[in-house]
Amino acid sequence: MTTDIVFETQDLHVSAPQQDGSVIPIVKGVDFQVPRGKVVALIGESGSGKTTISLSSLGYCKPGLAFSGGQARLLGEDLCSQTNEDLRSIRGNKVAYLAQSAAATFNPAMTINEQVIESVVSRGLMTRESADARALELYQALDLPNPDSIGARYPHQVSGGQLQRLMAAMALCGKPALLVLDEPTTALDVTTQIEVLMAFKKVIREEGTAAIYVSHDLAVVAQIADYVVVLRDGEVKERGPTAAIINHPRHPYTKRLMAAASPWSAETLSRIDTEDVTHRTTVAEAVNVSAGYGITWNGAPRFKALESIDMTIRKGSTVGVIGESGSGKSTLARVVAGLLPPFDGDLLLDGRQLEPSYRRRTRHELQRIQFVYQMADTALNPRQTVGDIIGRPLEFYLGLKGKEKRARVDELLTLVDLSPEFASRHPDALSGGQKQRVNLARSLAAEPEVLLCDEVTSALDTIVAGNVIELLQRLQKDIGVSIVFISHDLSTVASFADEIVVMNQGKIVERGPTKQILSDPQHSYTQLLISSVPEMRQGWLEDTLASRGSQ
Amino acid sequence: MNSTPHQPASYMDEHFVAPAAEDELFEELQDSPPKRKFRLSPAGKIGVSIVAFWLLIALFGPFLAPYGENDLPFPDDYSEFQAPRPGAWLGTDFSDRDILSRLMFGASRTIGISIFATLLAYMVGVALGIGAAVSGPRVDMVLSRINDAFLSLPTIMLGLVVVAAVGSSIPILIVTAGLVYATVVYRLARAIGVEIMVMDFVEAARLRGENTFWLVWREIWPNAAMPLISDFGLRLIYVILFISSLSFLGLGVQPPRADWGSMVRENLGAFQSYGGSVIPVVAPAVAIATLTIAINLIVDDISAFSGGKLSGRI
Repeated sequence: MTTDIVFETQDLHVSAPQQDGSVIPIVKGVDFQVPRGKVVALIGESGSGKTTISLSSLGYCKPGLAFSGGQARLLGEDLCSQTNEDLRSIRGNKVAYLAQSAAATFNPAMTINEQVIESVVSRGLMTRESADARALELYQALDLPNPDSIGARYPHQVSGGQLQRLMAAMALCGKPALLVLDEPTTALDVTTQIEVLMAFKKVIREEGTAAIYVSHDLAVVAQIADYVVVLRDGEVKERGPTAAIINHPRHPYTKRLMAAASPWSAETLSRIDTEDVTHRTTVAEAVNVSAGYGITWNGAPRFKALESIDMTIRKGSTVGVIGESGSGKSTLARVVAGLLPPFDGDLLLDGRQLEPSYRRRTRHELQRIQFVYQMADTALNPRQTVGDIIGRPLEFYLGLKGKEKRARVDELLTLVDLSPEFASRHPDALSGGQKQRVNLARSLAAEPEVLLCDEVTSALDTIVAGNVIELLQRLQKDIGVSIVFISHDLSTVASFADEIVVMNQGKIVERGPTKQILSDPQHSYTQLLISSVPEMRQGWLEDTLASRGSQ
Repeated sequence: MNSTPHQPASYMDEHFVAPAAEDELFEELQDSPPKRKFRLSPAGKIGVSIVAFWLLIALFGPFLAPYGENDLPFPDDYSEFQAPRPGAWLGTDFSDRDILSRLMFGASRTIGISIFATLLAYMVGVALGIGAAVSGPRVDMVLSRINDAFLSLPTIMLGLVVVAAVGSSIPILIVTAGLVYATVVYRLARAIGVEIMVMDFVEAARLRGENTFWLVWREIWPNAAMPLISDFGLRLIYVILFISSLSFLGLGVQPPRADWGSMVRENLGAFQSYGGSVIPVVAPAVAIATLTIAINLIVDDISAFSGGKLSGRI
């Protein structure tokens, strides 16, 4: 055995024992190695077992799971057979874990520095002074602003991207041989992600730590990983050096994954050929709309979420609204739907004034604008069958009953690529993608003219999200519905919007046809946003930061 | 990159590709969990059999009892607190009446009153609680503060005051216990209702233009029913103890009628009487204990099931 391998699994099996004695396999014999100083990415969709496999490096199984075969060796020692007592001395010392959400990991009542050095000091691995020095060294390595004083702050006093980097400092404080990063940038905005990625990459290189990087995003992985392991359904589908996987994927699943990720590159840009839709008739319009939350003061609410927004929704076309968290893009959809009445400005439907609140709109007006929720899990009543859920708008708006209704439900299910037998199922017997299809079918049942889609693909896996986008495009072609597509993901919006509206801090900073916005962005924020979307090629991160630095 | 003196001997440098099955389909993976079936644990099964036993006694006890509740089994041999003997298998009480018969009559009274009172508590509490959740913040505020005022009074004191003021009869007992426990049910129903009200599917129904009746009946109630039903058993236990306490204090079921609580009180003399049997006190106390513990065992199973499902959804 070579000592150059920090961690390796050998025919690792993890399974979920059931009450009735049967066993559901979760991980089905996985082999991979993490060489010293290298980053290995585990790529896969939800249910692929990537997190479960990464946790095996801590000798840990999620509740309800158990190791059922093979080995997970850290520095030559098998972790599957260790006692909890032994594992405790390994965790945080030889291997450290970095979770997805730093905001949920930090204790808001303690200063950051106390938490960063807590585990090494309490285990007696370092004295307080040397731990403080070590933390400062890490803050500097992670490019944190004011490294001398940032540790004295509380978690709410730093930004999300900084907190994520501080969590890396916490994990690295005890100089672990292996660092496990579980989707560490997934919850971040793209403009923040790029800085965090760079900081992670730099600190991993400087520390010479080996790392397991769990992600669903191939483009991110291309920037940071030396090796990629593609997982599906608890099995390795493809494995090798990053360049080989990214440039020459060989397994059909990897190819499919790459295609669905709609990788962002200059080449994609040139392929976008959106039709000019400005001549089409206007269906709905927001004119000089301002809205906000909180107590009203002098005719304006305390927190303004939208300021003087103008937006035109044209017949049969798609407006993509893009912005980062807090930009007000979801608020805009809620205002148009009437869920948040604006305090200023007008909403027009076919040129006629629309009541600000949905409560005072007529049934016909409500029918014409339909809202599609982001989380299909909470948007479908778990106690109603799919048939009831889709059937209700048919009955409510169109007065369909009995056989007619039943037939239309079947039609709608077929329209969203589900078999009509789904009508008798309850939502908990559906997968995430199927739920989102039912969610969409319910909105379509009303035969709307405007569909407000709020981040409808964000909670879905890449391939499933790709399918839903395809479905939306096809529906638009067939039914001629207008779509407002709200997303934080530029590549998703770019793939099918006719026009793009870029929002930042409650204002529209730029708007125009998709191709024009993407190829020749005028506003500096749009430029920043576009250049921050990772491309599926190695070296993109360095190139982008280098070009920014030179400007 | 980190330059190591020699290339690590790792197979990771090879490009490994798993053989793709000929007919490998890339459907969306099913992530729906397998349906969980409700199963009783061994303890739950014991609970169900004890509860079923007591329910049968409550329903048919008065017809099956060997004697009337005030009959003397041995009119020729009067002696209080007789030990069990043929003809009176649990002995006799302070007036030499048959304990077994009184226990059977008492079962129907204690359990009957408790079930009706709990049902009343649920009707009032759920109606107002869900109503408060659905109505605007003002209605909610008024109802909740009034409810808080009643909730702040100790239940047994509240019951004592009402019964002392208007007298004790079985209908009054039911109404008193029902209203006292309606305050707790209100809190629970409101909390569950508010939680469901903020779900997207309720907002979707509102946005569709549905009226309040539809919201309550089709969107909220089906989701609130399960947690409320699992609480019903727990609430029933409290009401049984409440009714028994009132009877023990002499304000519940009035003599000469039998109920478990009053049986404990009226036979307390057994402890003082020399050579008397203590079964007249112990038997009704054991009856109360077995019934409440058995209900608890069932409730544990139900809440483990619905709780597990709840955590699965999150």
